[in-house]
Amino acid sequence: MKARVFVTLKPSVFDPQGQTIADALHSMGYAGIGDVRQGKYFELDVTAKSADQARTLASEVADKLLANPVIESYRVEIE
Amino acid sequence: MKFTVVVFPGSNCDHDAYHTAKHVLGQEAEFVWHKETTLKGADVVVLPGGFSHGDYLRTGAIARFSPIMTAVAQFAAAGGPVLGICNGFQILCEAGLLPGAMLRNRDLKFHCEHVGVRVDETDTPFTSLATKGQVLRIPIAHGEGNYFADADVIADLESSRRVIFRYCDSRGQTTDDANPNGSVNSIAGICSQGRNVVGLMPHPERACEPVLGSADGLVLFQSVLSQVAAHGEMRTAAS
Repeated sequence: MKARVFVTLKPSVFDPQGQTIADALHSMGYAGIGDVRQGKYFELDVTAKSADQARTLASEVADKLLANPVIESYRVEIE
Repeated sequence: MKFTVVVFPGSNCDHDAYHTAKHVLGQEAEFVWHKETTLKGADVVVLPGGFSHGDYLRTGAIARFSPIMTAVAQFAAAGGPVLGICNGFQILCEAGLLPGAMLRNRDLKFHCEHVGVRVDETDTPFTSLATKGQVLRIPIAHGEGNYFADADVIADLESSRRVIFRYCDSRGQTTDDANPNGSVNSIAGICSQGRNVVGLMPHPERACEPVLGSADGLVLFQSVLSQVAAHGEMRTAAS
């Protein structure tokens, strides 16, 4: 089973990389792009009996290692 | 007195800390590999600067799970003095021994320069010989030193006087220009609730001899030396 984990900075945290990318896009003429937030994406191969179990496991490793709850939040998708 | 310097894969200021303890202060010093589980009779523990595990994932995120960190947490819980410098500070934050986290510097640049660092509190083992408001001129070398914590955490740090060091200009003013990375409230270093765990982004161990351009960092190491010596005498007197 595959778990996808998306980690992003919390809305309250300034993202200088995302801001720089947004500035670059605006200078390239993409006026239709507003704010940009940069994040991280993980693909995990998970051994689990059910999607729920896979989700629980992926959430556990996201809590412990993949995301820092002080500055980041995450969401999990199971395939 | 013994300084134990923890070495992670990617630490690169471990020898600077060792040199300061052993050759500048004339104390006992020993390296401990991160896979080990004991601190070898440490009186002071230093988590040095560097790029542990290549800074992969987040700075300090993987190092905090090293076997030695259990012993470091126990040493800290027992009141032992722990100093986290740069990457060591990042590891202490990831480990939850200090609050907050580091973001990328606000200008996205790696800053390698001498900066002004004001000592705001002197009741920690690493600042006891400094004077309040003293401006140290010591180097920084980091790309992710932009200290961040929720407003509640910052308020708690300020009200409990746990912000120990702030970036400042030569007159000790905490201006925006003097803040190299965008840290909240110009925070350069903080301490734990027990005040024995101190983390800072600047590198005092790289500024302990005039030949290095500054000896202002020495006061941190001299402070802990005097603190441990005093406590040792107290322990002897009590026994």
